[in-house]
This record gives sequence, C-alpha cells and structure tokens, in this order.
Amino acid sequence: MTKKKEPISTGAEWTFELIERYDREIGRIADSYGLDTYPNQIEIITSEQMMDAYSSVGMPLNYNHWSFGKQFVETEQNYKRGRMGLAYEIVINSDPCISYLMEENTMTMQALVIAHACYGHNSFFKGNYLFQTWTDASAIVDYLLFAKNYIRQCEERYSVEAVEEVLDSCHALMSYGVNRYQRPTPLTAEEERERQQSREEYIQRHLNDLWNTIPQKEENATAQEIRFPSEPEENILYFIEKNAPLLEPWQRELVRIVRKVSQYFYPQKQTQVMNEGWACFWHYTLLHGLHDEGLVTDGFMMEFLHSHTSVVYQPGFDSPYFSGINPYTLGYNMMQDIRRICENPEDEDREWFPQIAGSNWRDTLMDAMHNYKDESFILQFLSPKLMRELKLFTILDDADNPKLRVSSIHNEIGYERIREDMSAQYNLGNREPNIQVYNVDVRGDRSLTLRHYMHNRQPLGDDAVEVMRHLHRLWGFDVHLESVMPDGTVATSYHCPLQTSTEVVSA
Amino acid sequence: MSYIIDRRQNSKKKSTVNRQRFLRRYKKHIKEAVEEAVNHRSITDMDKGGKVTIPRRDISEPVFHHGEGGVRKRVFPGNKEFSEGDEFNRPPAGGGGGSGSGQASNSGEGMDEFTFQINQEEFLDFMFEGLELPYLVKKQLRNSTQFETRRAGFTNAGSPDKIHIVRSLRSALARRIALSGSDRGKIRELRKEIETLEQRLPSSDAERQIGLLEEQILELRKHISRLPWIDDFDIKYNNMIRVPVPSSKAVMFCVMDVSGSMTQTIKDMAKRFFILLYLFLKRNYKTIEVVFVRHHTHAKEVDEEEFFYSRETGGTIVSSALNMTADIIRDRYPANDWNIYVAQASDGDNWDGDSHSCREILHRKILQHVQYFAYVEITTGPHQNLWLEYEKVKDAWSESFAMHQIEDPADIYPVFRKLFEKKTEGPA
Repeated sequence: MTKKKEPISTGAEWTFELIERYDREIGRIADSYGLDTYPNQIEIITSEQMMDAYSSVGMPLNYNHWSFGKQFVETEQNYKRGRMGLAYEIVINSDPCISYLMEENTMTMQALVIAHACYGHNSFFKGNYLFQTWTDASAIVDYLLFAKNYIRQCEERYSVEAVEEVLDSCHALMSYGVNRYQRPTPLTAEEERERQQSREEYIQRHLNDLWNTIPQKEENATAQEIRFPSEPEENILYFIEKNAPLLEPWQRELVRIVRKVSQYFYPQKQTQVMNEGWACFWHYTLLHGLHDEGLVTDGFMMEFLHSHTSVVYQPGFDSPYFSGINPYTLGYNMMQDIRRICENPEDEDREWFPQIAGSNWRDTLMDAMHNYKDESFILQFLSPKLMRELKLFTILDDADNPKLRVSSIHNEIGYERIREDMSAQYNLGNREPNIQVYNVDVRGDRSLTLRHYMHNRQPLGDDAVEVMRHLHRLWGFDVHLESVMPDGTVATSYHCPLQTSTEVVSA
Repeated sequence: MSYIIDRRQNSKKKSTVNRQRFLRRYKKHIKEAVEEAVNHRSITDMDKGGKVTIPRRDISEPVFHHGEGGVRKRVFPGNKEFSEGDEFNRPPAGGGGGSGSGQASNSGEGMDEFTFQINQEEFLDFMFEGLELPYLVKKQLRNSTQFETRRAGFTNAGSPDKIHIVRSLRSALARRIALSGSDRGKIRELRKEIETLEQRLPSSDAERQIGLLEEQILELRKHISRLPWIDDFDIKYNNMIRVPVPSSKAVMFCVMDVSGSMTQTIKDMAKRFFILLYLFLKRNYKTIEVVFVRHHTHAKEVDEEEFFYSRETGGTIVSSALNMTADIIRDRYPANDWNIYVAQASDGDNWDGDSHSCREILHRKILQHVQYFAYVEITTGPHQNLWLEYEKVKDAWSESFAMHQIEDPADIYPVFRKLFEKKTEGPA
C-alpha cells in the first residue's frame, strides 16, 4: 500500500454498482485474513419485507401459523409507532448464505452489513463445529419449502384448525425437540420426500408392536419392572413422533417438521455471543482495512463507528436501559481481547493464557471460532482484564435467604468464579429446565411420565400446566411430569388431565 | 463470489395469511373491541381502523421455563461500590434492572396487554359481520345484468361507421410531416446553396449548377408528394365499450328529527345510527343512493354534511318529512326501478294532531313502495303518540316495517344489528 487509493464513494446514497464494488473489496480483504465463507447471496429488501422476514423467524419462507401473524402484528405495531428500529440485516445460515439488506440503509450501513453478515456471520456458519454438526446449510431452504407445502396439503385435507392444534402443541415443546448429543444424518430435500412415505408405514407397523395387546409372559411381571424407554429420552418431540399411540401419520410428520426446524436453530441459541462477537470483530477489522487503503472516507468511518459503538454498548446493571449482558458487547470485546493477548500480552495474560499469549492471533481466533460454543468459549477465553473493564460481579439469589448476596466481584479471588458463573449462564442446560421422557406405562394405562431434573432447586414456571395440556393432546393418554430433586425425591408433580390426589412416589 | 439480487419488487404481503389466522383465532376479542369502539367513538372516527387490546395471557404460547425460587447466580456488568459478601434486600419483582434473564417477557409484569391495530377494512368487516340489507340480495340475483354502450376514447381498429375524421386526419398530417422531414431539410439546404450561387457573379457555370440543384429539389418534391395522403394506421375509430348497468338499484332515505325536543345527546345517538347505516350501505352496495331528509316543522332535503352537522331547532311535525319522502319517491325513484329503504330516527315527540296523518301517509304513500322501513325511537321516557300510531302500522305491515327503541349509546349497535340481521324469508 504505497499509495492511497481513491475512495469508492463519498455520498450516503447506495447503488447496485457501489454495493458490488464494496462487496468485492471487503471480500478481498476478508480473503487476505483467511476467512472461509459460503458464496454470498445479497438481497435488497424493503422495510415491509424486513418485517415479514422478522415474523417468520428470519427465514425466507416458512409454513403458515397464527403465531407468526402475532409476531408480525407486534413488530409492525412497534415499528410504526417508532418504538423500535428494524435490524439492519438478517442473515440466514444457508448455502449460498442469504443476507438481507434494507433499502433504507445508507451506503455506509450497507458496507457495514456486508462486512458483518456476508463475511462475519457467514464464515461463522461455515466454520463453527456446532453448525457443521447440526445444520445442513445447503438443504434448509429446500426443507422449509417441503414443510410449507406438506403443511398446506394437510390443511386442505384435514382443515386448518386440525393442523393448527398439532402445531400449537408442538411449538409448546419446541425446545424439547432437539438431539443434544446424537448427531443426525443430513438428508437432502429429495430424500426427505421419498422417505416420508415409507416412514409413515414403518412407524405405524412399529407402533403396533409396542402396543400389542396380546398378553406377554406373565412371570416377567413380578420381576423388576422394565421402563420404556430404557434410557430417559431428552428429545420429547422425537419420542412422540415415534411412539405416540394415537397420532395419524400426517400428524407425526408435523411433529417431525417442528422438530427439524427446532434442531436447525439449536446451534444459534448456543453461539449467540460468539457469533455476534465474531461478526462485530470482523466488520470492525474489515472496514478499518478499507480505511487503511484509503478506499473509504473519514466521514464513512465516523458514521460506521457511531453505529458500531451503539451496537456494542453495554448499559450498567442499574441503568434503565439494562436488559442483561449484551451479547454483542461481550462477544466483540472477547474477540478483540484474544487478539490483544496474542499481539501484546502482559504478564497477567501470560499467566492466565500461557498457550495463546504471543501466538498468531489469526490462528488462535480461527481455532476459537471453529471449536467452541458460548459456554466453553467464555470458560476458556474470558480474561481478568476484560472482567475488570466490564466491572462484572455475581449476585447469588437464594430463595431461602431473604437477602441477595454479592458472591464475587472482579478481583483476584473473583476472576475464576465469575468466569464460571458467566459460562454457566450460557449453558443451555441451565437456562432451560432439564425435562426428559422417563417412562411409559406400556402394559397399564399407557400414561407417559416425564421427569424434570431440578437444577439448583429451581421449580418450573406456571406455564407448565398449560404445556402439559399440549403434551396430553399429542400423547392422547394421561401425562405426568415429576420435578425431581438431585437426591431422587419428587418435589412436585403435574398431571394432565388433573388428578384429585397427588401421589408422591420416591424413586 | 457474491450475487446481488433486488427483491424490492417481490411481494411484501408474505405475512398476510399468518396475520389473518391470528385475527381469526382472536375473533372474539376483536369483536368485543370493535363493539366497544362503535359505542364510544365520535362519529368522524367511525370508519377508521381500530386498536384492539388482548390480555397477554390469552395469547401467550406456553413453554417450560424456570419459575421463581431455588438458587440462581447471575453476572451483572457495571459494578460500582459492591465488594464480595455484600448483602442487600431483594428488589421488588419486575422493577428496574433486577428482572428476568433471557426470558424477560415471560416473567415481566409490565406487559400485560397485547395491543395492535386493525385497519378500516377489517374494522368494518367485524362491525358488519352477519348483517344484510333485507331482501335486496334476492332481488339482485333475480334480475339479469343489463349493458349500456359508452364511449371510451379512440382505437386503431373498428368498423367504418365509427371513424373519427378529425383524429384520423390529424394523425395523417402528423405522419406526413414526420416522414417528409429529412427531404424538406435537404430542400432547405439546396435552396441555401442556390441563394449563395445567385449572389455570386453570374456565370454559365453557376447557372448550370443552379439548374442541377433545381432539378434535385424537384425530385425531392416529387418524393414528398408520393407519400400517401392517408394511411391505414392513420385512421382512428371511436371506441365504444359495454358497461354493465346494475338493474337493481337501491335508495336509502335517512329521515331525522332535528326539532327542539331533540337534545344534543339524542341527536348524537341518532347520528350514530345513521352513520352506521350509511357506512354499511356504502360498503355493501356500490349502486346505492342515499337521500337525507331532516325535519322540524318543515322537512328539507340536505346533503350528508348538513344532515349530520348543521343545527336547527323548532317544533315537530313528522308528517312533513314523510310527505317529502313520498314526493321524492314518486318523482325520482319509481318503485319498479329501485329498492327503497327508509330509516327514521326520532325522540318520539310529535305534534299531537300529526301522528295520525303520519300513519295515513305511511299507509297510502310510502309502505307499498318500500322494501323496508326502519324506525328507531331514541328516548328513555314513556312512548308517545307517534310510537302508538306506528305500532298500528307495524301490525298491518309486519313484513316491511320495523321499529325499535334505543335508550343509550350502547343500545345502538345491537339494535342496528337486529334491524338488519339476515332475513331469508319474506317477499322480495
């Protein structure tokens, strides 16, 4: 870079030529840093279309359901009242990677969004192990199309209300429709369609076996009762799809669709901090790259930095704007911090991060991006320096104690503990109640029993009763839910239909 | 490699279906909100969309989540004065920075209601759901649609009797001017050359050149004259189109008492009734005409604006308005061409001797012509002579005469619905 180049543009207005030019330059710099991405598909949309995209959970197409309508109505209301702005972009984990740019954005914002979404998020989707394991970027759009059409056909055949009932119930259990440990085999949409038919038949046959009414060997009954499933099943929707006795084949397929969509979003839930941090780090780095080469003006940088700082702003806990830790702030600062530790390590960093202090920052960051999720990323990389900067502290809230207690602050003793607390905060297992399918009374009343393994004595929220009703609708026979303490005693139990006497069984 | 796609022209109504489903699911709530709005809204706002509020707990989608209680740790940013081991009282739930984790909306207390907007179309749909002007549909279905030929601009094709001469010649002239342009330009240049040659000293050489040029001009002139004077595509025809003429037309008479005995609140209620009616008509029947007749001791036909918003006071002679209605029907709306509907609003006050003649007029001049006559009496007091007379009319004309009493604004909408609820039987 001997000579500064001419800026690509000076005004606020964008044109397609300019977007193309910016994309080329940003892509070139991203390449020089070794960012590996899916091909980009940049789509320019209007704010109305952005609201549409918002309300179908960010997907370019989705099946119809009233809850998306509710989401839309709410978004529209808030947007029109000026209560909220729309996101500048939405990016979809697909191959090619689809990013939406709003037409209202200025040229600077478009460039920012291209750097953030088309190179930041995109490379994260392609590189992170969770996304590689759990999602199939090339198939998602096709699958959604299949789902949309299938559900539409069901609506025509069995009525909108009948479909809606099943979907409502599935949505209530959506978070429990993911495999957390077992890797699914990716399927193309073609195969999906072919398999769907044979699956219907197979399941019905398989079910008949399970619910066989021919008496089994009597002597076994006295022996230790064998539970079904023999191991607790964490994927409740999967269990229902395969084993619910009364569901029609098409209803099973609906359960499957909701489960698949849920699985697709599962990695996003676990990598919010990393994903946003990664994208913010790269838009910052890439746009500064442009500026260093003289491709953008100082005015461009001022506008960019203005929105960058508001995105990564973290209000203090006592601020009226506080609504939890801002994942953008945390992620972005951690990424920058890793680079700092690599490039300019201090003694403290050498002590805390002996393996990365002074190493090549690009390799270290890439490694972090590839192999971690929020929980492990924080546990591994949150540095004392950053904890001091953000002035982090932990509050211990024990319902048995009338007072709240500050259990750790950002000091020598606290660093390790805050880091663990913070990491636990992003552990999905802690955030959502751990509920698994425990037993089915195969020989008796066919009732289904779930177990809620309590974490830190936290009970279930009031909604549980309502969710049980949905579960009952899917299962078709009585359903029970037991909240179990770590020592195995049942603390509370829920039943649907409601039981008059609550039996407390200790396991 | 990136692809940039302009999607702005794509449909932006992707969420319409979902929105409709949402509205359908919460129909009951929305209808309540609409009825509430109809009863309490000022008249000018009546046909706007509306705000609908639904308790959030009614539309929440339940999921399993952690409830209050147990032990939890949470990391906060921005520590100022705390040090390890500090203890303090629990802040009240839902307040300030203490509330909720990722699922704040589930535990938050402040967002109890879900409010959204429905547009005018939807508002009116909900308002008029299940209502129908009596018998009109039947009559409409029986009559076949008639057509009328109307002029509608010009076309390039048609039959010779439709040729529009002026237009045709105008376009022929334009064509000739356009096609001869380059030739005439050349002629002008040649003329200039000739002029310059003529200004020089005369010589045989120059004269010979002029001669040649003149010849060229002549050639060009011939070329121009060979352009056809009129061509096929110059000819323009009058364009005639067939417009369907609705054979079943309806006229609605709004008759209102504006006399001194009508207090402001009564007038307001009457106005609401008519507005509702008027919106309903405007919406359901594209070919409906509305006649507004207001009266005190004299009746007067007025326009919509004056009917609802100007003020007059005086005594009450209802028959004046009925007479005028009968006259207008006779003069302008022959009953074999029009479906006639009359809606009358009054406080029931009438000059004593007049009520009897009202009944007479209804019997003799009006009721045999109209499809439906609706009378609303807005009063909290006992019925007076007009009501009693009208009851006799009702006995005689039970098919086409209806009367109802409105006591306060909340009654308007139910009464309105009752008067115009779907009726399938009866004479058409």
